[in-house]
Amino acid sequence: MIGKALRRKAPRTGVDWFLTVMRVAALTVVAVGLLAFIAQEIDTNNPFARWANPDATGLTRAQFQGLIVSGVAQGAMYGLIALGYSMVYGVLGFINFAHGEVFMVGAMTGMITSTKLADAGMWESNFIGSLVLIVFVSVIVCALTAVIMERVAYRPLRGSPRLIPLITSIGVSFFLQNVSLVLLGPAAKAYPDVPDWVKSKHTFLEIEGAKILVIVVAAASMVCLWYVVERTKSGKAMRAVAEDAEIAALMGINVNRTIVKVFALGGAMAGMAGILWGILFRSVVHTTGFLPGIKAFSAAVVGGIGHLGGAMTGGLSIGVAESVGPLLILEPLGVSGVSQLRDAVAFAVLIGVLLLRPNGLFGERLPSEDRT
Amino acid sequence: MNWYGHLTKVRKGRGVISLVIALLAVFALLATSCGNDDDGDTVEAPEATQAPEAAEEPEATEAPAPAPDPRGNALGDGSLGIVEVEAGEAIQIRSLQAITGDVAGFGLPIDRAAYIAADDYGPIHGFDVDLGASLDDLCGADGGQAAAQTIVADDRVIGVLGTSCSGAAVAAAPLVTNAGMVMISGGNTSPALTSDLAGTAGPNHVKGYYRTAHNDLYQGAAMAKFVFGELGFTTAAAIHDGDPYTQGLAQAFSDAFEDEGGTMTGFSGVNKDDTDMVPVLTEIAAGSPEALFFPIFQPAGDFIADQAPGVSGLEDTVLLAADGLLNANYLPLPQTAGMYFSGPDQRFGENVNQSTGKTAADFTAEYESRYGEVPSSAFWAHGYDATILLLDAIAAASWIDDDTLMIDRQGVRDYLYGLRNFNGIIGTINCDAFGDCGSSKITVVQNLGGEENIEASLNNVIYSYEP
Repeated sequence: MIGKALRRKAPRTGVDWFLTVMRVAALTVVAVGLLAFIAQEIDTNNPFARWANPDATGLTRAQFQGLIVSGVAQGAMYGLIALGYSMVYGVLGFINFAHGEVFMVGAMTGMITSTKLADAGMWESNFIGSLVLIVFVSVIVCALTAVIMERVAYRPLRGSPRLIPLITSIGVSFFLQNVSLVLLGPAAKAYPDVPDWVKSKHTFLEIEGAKILVIVVAAASMVCLWYVVERTKSGKAMRAVAEDAEIAALMGINVNRTIVKVFALGGAMAGMAGILWGILFRSVVHTTGFLPGIKAFSAAVVGGIGHLGGAMTGGLSIGVAESVGPLLILEPLGVSGVSQLRDAVAFAVLIGVLLLRPNGLFGERLPSEDRT
Repeated sequence: MNWYGHLTKVRKGRGVISLVIALLAVFALLATSCGNDDDGDTVEAPEATQAPEAAEEPEATEAPAPAPDPRGNALGDGSLGIVEVEAGEAIQIRSLQAITGDVAGFGLPIDRAAYIAADDYGPIHGFDVDLGASLDDLCGADGGQAAAQTIVADDRVIGVLGTSCSGAAVAAAPLVTNAGMVMISGGNTSPALTSDLAGTAGPNHVKGYYRTAHNDLYQGAAMAKFVFGELGFTTAAAIHDGDPYTQGLAQAFSDAFEDEGGTMTGFSGVNKDDTDMVPVLTEIAAGSPEALFFPIFQPAGDFIADQAPGVSGLEDTVLLAADGLLNANYLPLPQTAGMYFSGPDQRFGENVNQSTGKTAADFTAEYESRYGEVPSSAFWAHGYDATILLLDAIAAASWIDDDTLMIDRQGVRDYLYGLRNFNGIIGTINCDAFGDCGSSKITVVQNLGGEENIEASLNNVIYSYEP
């Protein structure tokens, strides 16, 4: 409390002013862009819409909806991956950068299994059965990958400064990428063709089957994870270890086993995301995990790292923002080549959220004495 | 909701988080800056550090007796230096193509064609030609630059066959040509590397750069005439991926289409590693074009063809692509059935390469026996002719002096700039002052769909163009 009082009285420094200006500028750009977009939608000949972008055309309802759905589907995948970052951070306090590669391993496993099933003719005749099978295989392989990673690369470093496992995780990430490169080659590998009902749009809201599938499966996975963490004994142990590993050990919790379970759960979620990726884009390459991994990490930070609901919310926010941001905010402002800026938009969301809420959307404000 | 004890953990990890975010910001900046490679960046050619290796056993081989004036009619004035190849050594040239990754289907046949052509050609004045190991341009500026630095470190090299991708040539050509070597590409088509065909050099043009592939201004014009005249469409849109090849071709199409009288309703770009194309397609769909031309590469091309029909406003839009996607990996994809592709005229028929006497049929037979497959793209022919041009140029600019083969680097360039009416597999080759040696014949083919129809699709010519 004393610290807080002192801080309030402290004069604002140049950095504070700069941050305030940045916050205002960011909000202004977003607000003006959105207003110009709304002006476009009302009437493309609107002087405000014409002011920034004389070629403004606006979007139809169906196009707008397509953007949102595509963003939600992509965001759900980011969210699933982000859960792994967040959970590991929760118990061990470091960022497992190799987690994006676990996702890639999931997508690769799915590709191999589904190609085998397609060769056997089962992929076409029983798509749902095959899908369940590849999800099962991929989840197991990814959970195992994550557990082995923890055992080999991170457990020996337990207790060392946090930067050391962080750097190690970057090494593990390169290792997994290169293993995939050596085993499967550098070319993009395609998933077998999916049935028409997955590709075509459905009468229900005019959404492609694959996107409905992605959103439903992601939501189901999230519910399962919530149940495990909140309602089971293992989940209780995880929360206890996250709260304080030493006290948890004193209470009779096997900390090592709990940490292994956390890695396995995170890996399983990444495996699930990998399959969804495969169904949606039907193509995977050894670098597939890199960019989604970085964006999922951003999602975890946006949501407030260590917070599971936050990870999912962060994933959805980044997915939707990078999908609609270029056309909703940048294009009405007359920026050219907006579609090449989608990654920039995704990371701008991260910077914007950190400017306005430094602990993320769901991260709680720290007491001032803990801030140093 | 009480998920985790993040309160305590956040406190402990603040340093790490800041560091990670800083790293992330750096990544993002790097990614952005890599996307907009400044073409004006010229890199100083590193000095050649490796001295020519002395022959370990300078055996006296049966070389023809030196003439009174050993130089004879060899071209050149020595201004770029003379390379001496001692008896028993080989003439060094290199092949630099996109031989790995998604673009390998395009670059690998060009690379292999160089080795086949060198074998067909045989020794020059009794000296063998050594191509060394294939180098990889990775279809980008980074790969082109790295490989070019490896090449110029060896000052015995006379010429480089490559690159496959214009993006790689932009970085590689200045390095290679500054070292006095020549570069002949069988795959580059960007106008930026040569000229606008009206006498103005492109921004990335350098002396000593040649190509047997066509200039994309022809390809853009061909596609525009096809869409406007044959399909009867008046609106179209184009998507590129920021690479000089794709951007140049999309722009050439756009300009030519408007010259024809059509309207471009959209012109946009994607990133090479994008997978979700719905946003860019929605941007394009806002203008409701009748045709969408995306002269890009795999895998981005897979995703555009796959996702376009699902975007509201593009359901009936006709999809068109160019020679970067006209290959045996892209045509069998289910989403590409019915698409139109522009590309070089592949009906090589009975064309004979005048220096080796080989036809397309001879070549493909040899290719199949060596590699167990048919060439996955048509640019093998351009690669073959490019190799022969380089070898002919070396023959014309070299002479034997006391058992040593002398090669005048300037002479090699003189030969190529002066080349007229050379009969190659691709047709008649004439080099202009900017290094454009390729044929201007472009065809548009329609994909019949399916793995079994690749060959038939490549020959399914719907439209032919010649200026």
